[in-house]
Amino acid sequence: MRLVPFIISSVLTIALVVVLSMQWGTVPPLGSFLSPQHGLWKNAEDVEKNFEADLSFPNLKGKVQVFLDDRMVPHVFAEHERDLFFVQGWLHAKFRLWQMEFQTYAAAGRISEILGAGAGDRYLNYDRSMRRLGMGYAAERSLQAAENNPISKMQYEAYAEGINAYIDELKPADYPIEYKLLNYRPEKWTTLKTALFLKYMSYDLAGKDDDFEFTNLRTIFAKADFETLFPIYADSLQPIAPRSPENPYPSKAAMDLHPPSHADSLYFTFQGDSITSSSLNKPDKDNGSNNWAVAGTKTKSGRPIICNDPHLGLNLPSLWFEMQLSTADFSCYGVSFPGSPNIIIGFNDYIGWAVTNAGRDVKDYYELQFKDGSMKQYWYNGEWKATTDRIDTILIKGRAPLYDTIRFTDFGPAMYDRHFKVDSGSLKCLAVRWKAHDPSNEGFTFYGLNHSRNYDDYLAAIKNFTCPAQNFLFASKSGDIAIWQQGEFPAKWRRQGDFIMPGTDSSYLWKGIIPQQQNPHLVNPSRGFCSSANQAATDSTYPYYLGNSFPVYRGYIINRKLSRMDNITTDDMKAMQTDNYNVKAEFGRDILLKTPVDRLNEDERKYLQIFRMWTLRNDPAERGATIYSIWWRELEYAIWHDDFEKTKLPVSWPAENVLVESLHKDSAYKFIDDIRTPEKETLQDQLVASLKTATGKLKQLEKDGKLEWGKFKDTKVQHLLRQTALSRLHLPIGGGAGVINATKEDHGPSWRMVVQLTDDIEAWGVYPGGQSGNPGSKYYDNFVDSWAAGKYYRLWVMKESEQNDKRVVGKLTFSK
Amino acid sequence: MKLAVSIILIAALSFALGLYLPWWSIALGAFIVGALIHQRPITSFLAGFASIFILWFLLATVIDIRNQHILSKKLALLLPLGGNSFLLILITALIGALVGGGAALSASYLKKK
Repeated sequence: MRLVPFIISSVLTIALVVVLSMQWGTVPPLGSFLSPQHGLWKNAEDVEKNFEADLSFPNLKGKVQVFLDDRMVPHVFAEHERDLFFVQGWLHAKFRLWQMEFQTYAAAGRISEILGAGAGDRYLNYDRSMRRLGMGYAAERSLQAAENNPISKMQYEAYAEGINAYIDELKPADYPIEYKLLNYRPEKWTTLKTALFLKYMSYDLAGKDDDFEFTNLRTIFAKADFETLFPIYADSLQPIAPRSPENPYPSKAAMDLHPPSHADSLYFTFQGDSITSSSLNKPDKDNGSNNWAVAGTKTKSGRPIICNDPHLGLNLPSLWFEMQLSTADFSCYGVSFPGSPNIIIGFNDYIGWAVTNAGRDVKDYYELQFKDGSMKQYWYNGEWKATTDRIDTILIKGRAPLYDTIRFTDFGPAMYDRHFKVDSGSLKCLAVRWKAHDPSNEGFTFYGLNHSRNYDDYLAAIKNFTCPAQNFLFASKSGDIAIWQQGEFPAKWRRQGDFIMPGTDSSYLWKGIIPQQQNPHLVNPSRGFCSSANQAATDSTYPYYLGNSFPVYRGYIINRKLSRMDNITTDDMKAMQTDNYNVKAEFGRDILLKTPVDRLNEDERKYLQIFRMWTLRNDPAERGATIYSIWWRELEYAIWHDDFEKTKLPVSWPAENVLVESLHKDSAYKFIDDIRTPEKETLQDQLVASLKTATGKLKQLEKDGKLEWGKFKDTKVQHLLRQTALSRLHLPIGGGAGVINATKEDHGPSWRMVVQLTDDIEAWGVYPGGQSGNPGSKYYDNFVDSWAAGKYYRLWVMKESEQNDKRVVGKLTFSK
Repeated sequence: MKLAVSIILIAALSFALGLYLPWWSIALGAFIVGALIHQRPITSFLAGFASIFILWFLLATVIDIRNQHILSKKLALLLPLGGNSFLLILITALIGALVGGGAALSASYLKKK
């Protein structure tokens, strides 16, 4: 044996193996990652892959058959209901394991475990903020509520067992590619993870607030100016539940809603001296949706049609997974959330339902006074009261764990304190009271809706829903249509919770919950339709405060269109869902056309002329839409910037409707004047100035070939890890904010559905993704182009007898 | 002849081991065959290198064709290799080949010349 060369050669070879087994920054361990028997190549799915399998699991009671159709939608037929949810869990894991687990990590504040602390502790601060918001606490409480309900307990457990049955049989080579890229492994699913996933939806849909920004605005505006800039009700509001003799509002609140006697000095302290920064990690402000249902009196078939398009972040893998769930008792079709059992939006043999976000403010902050730096006691109703502490352990990849103590008070958890500061200088301690903290069992609503056969079943099901409050729309084969804004809503006095509230006595706490039967609703209205698009649910005569800032334009145009339509078909509804008419521009057009042409140069006149000729449609090829969008933003900036720049603190700007409505009401609108100049500017001055600024930007866009709306907006569907290679970019699609087709850059209709409740249900749907979460599958993004083109797929409610239909491409059989 | 036999045996053994063991089993395969079929160091290295190169190249190519390059194109953008699937296959084969060559070379020093 030649010892020296042997040692040298062996050491070098072993060193090479070690180097290739290690992760270098964002580069995964290359040896296993590239190995054709272990790494990325294992995720490259054969395009002819055969989806046939006979599987057996001891957890099952009977037989379950799953038929996969040519779009990879599973149609599940179970003998026993418990088995149905076992198989739903198994299928979610098979197609979407990485995403559903990653989202529960995000919900629980565990991202640092996978990604490390991040640049400037970005991921770690995100994790801490989620924990301090009380996500873990809230999920534990809602899991308790679910486990107290025998059906929910059965569902959650069967679902988790199904996921784990799938995970248990995975070898590392079979892991979804994201695990290989990030070099970690899936852990066991638990019922708590399902609760966390649903809490994440609460965070996404009811976690938004402007409390800090509004508090900062108190420092620069007098009360009257604030009311002008932030009116509670828009002039163009078409409420979800309009008041009428057939639909009266409650005459008065069920409880005393007077603000505390010292609110003027302690709370409405305009031009005061509050200083604070922006809250971290806000959910997307554009999260919203459209839904509407038309009664048989307005349709060609004489039966209701129900439609829904929830607007969320456009991601791959999609949040949605399409499927059919069937037992002898029911057969339900629609989209599900990988991470939770049931169908979330869909229809069954009797009814259809649809949801949009209520968007009411159910998250408020209270400023605490701690006795000392130990933060063990806080001042409450005239005495020192002890906090309850919860110590969270945050695991961080490549670093020692962080132990974070969260203090719970009567106001909620202290989200910000001296260990997690609201900004670098301040010692403000803020507790957060959030409706999602309260025990609740939202999953049971969906279980109930999946099984509903009529209006009463639907109403009973949605009463379980407390947060994130939704506008639950309903239509049935028997001809009923209805909408309820459902959730548990704190009964608030006017502007309660718009600003940070004093947190030293109980008088600023919520005064109770609005009785469920007083929630805004509309049942079989004589106008023949119900609709919602995240606008305010009622007008100002409703006796409770709804909160501020709701979008108005989608609701306005939907109602205008529906009230003018008759003999409606599903094609009409599809055309409406993908409609690009910009009604906000219709409102603002006359103002912009007041621009004095003689004060413009050649370029500015050219763009004004294109705008003048514009059809007011945000279609991909329209240049007018780009001009309008940029010009209007510049006009808002010209008019308001001088007033808002009085503070460097983060602030919110007025809602989308405020400028146009203010200018229509008052041509001498106070804020037109630029307070930094000695002259008094007029609207015409600002129109010219804003068009001049806009022209600079427009010329550059034109040079880059991006003046067309579709190219300017540049819609994309991004992978959850923001990897462009795994995303779909530059999609040719129109739409935009305030447009029914609410497609923005990376946000928009995440599922479009049209269901006509004829005897044989006629249903259509599409989402911007694909059934497989695997970037190496042809089913990863195969719906994206259809979605962008405004096309729909016919949704096939399969009967068990149709298993030889040519649409069936795969069959999975599960048995004991 | 010995070279050809070595190449075939290394590929076959590495493939079989890879079904049960992690990716570095290619080193094991190349080492075992290198120890059993004695050759000069340079020839042994060549056998290990060529064998794993061919094995990984063929496996990756077959998978890639059956996948119609869906994944390789994406990962060749991510890694980044300009979206070139062939380059990704080549790098895959080269990395495996280096490990196979090193292991076979080490084995060749076990016996006195």
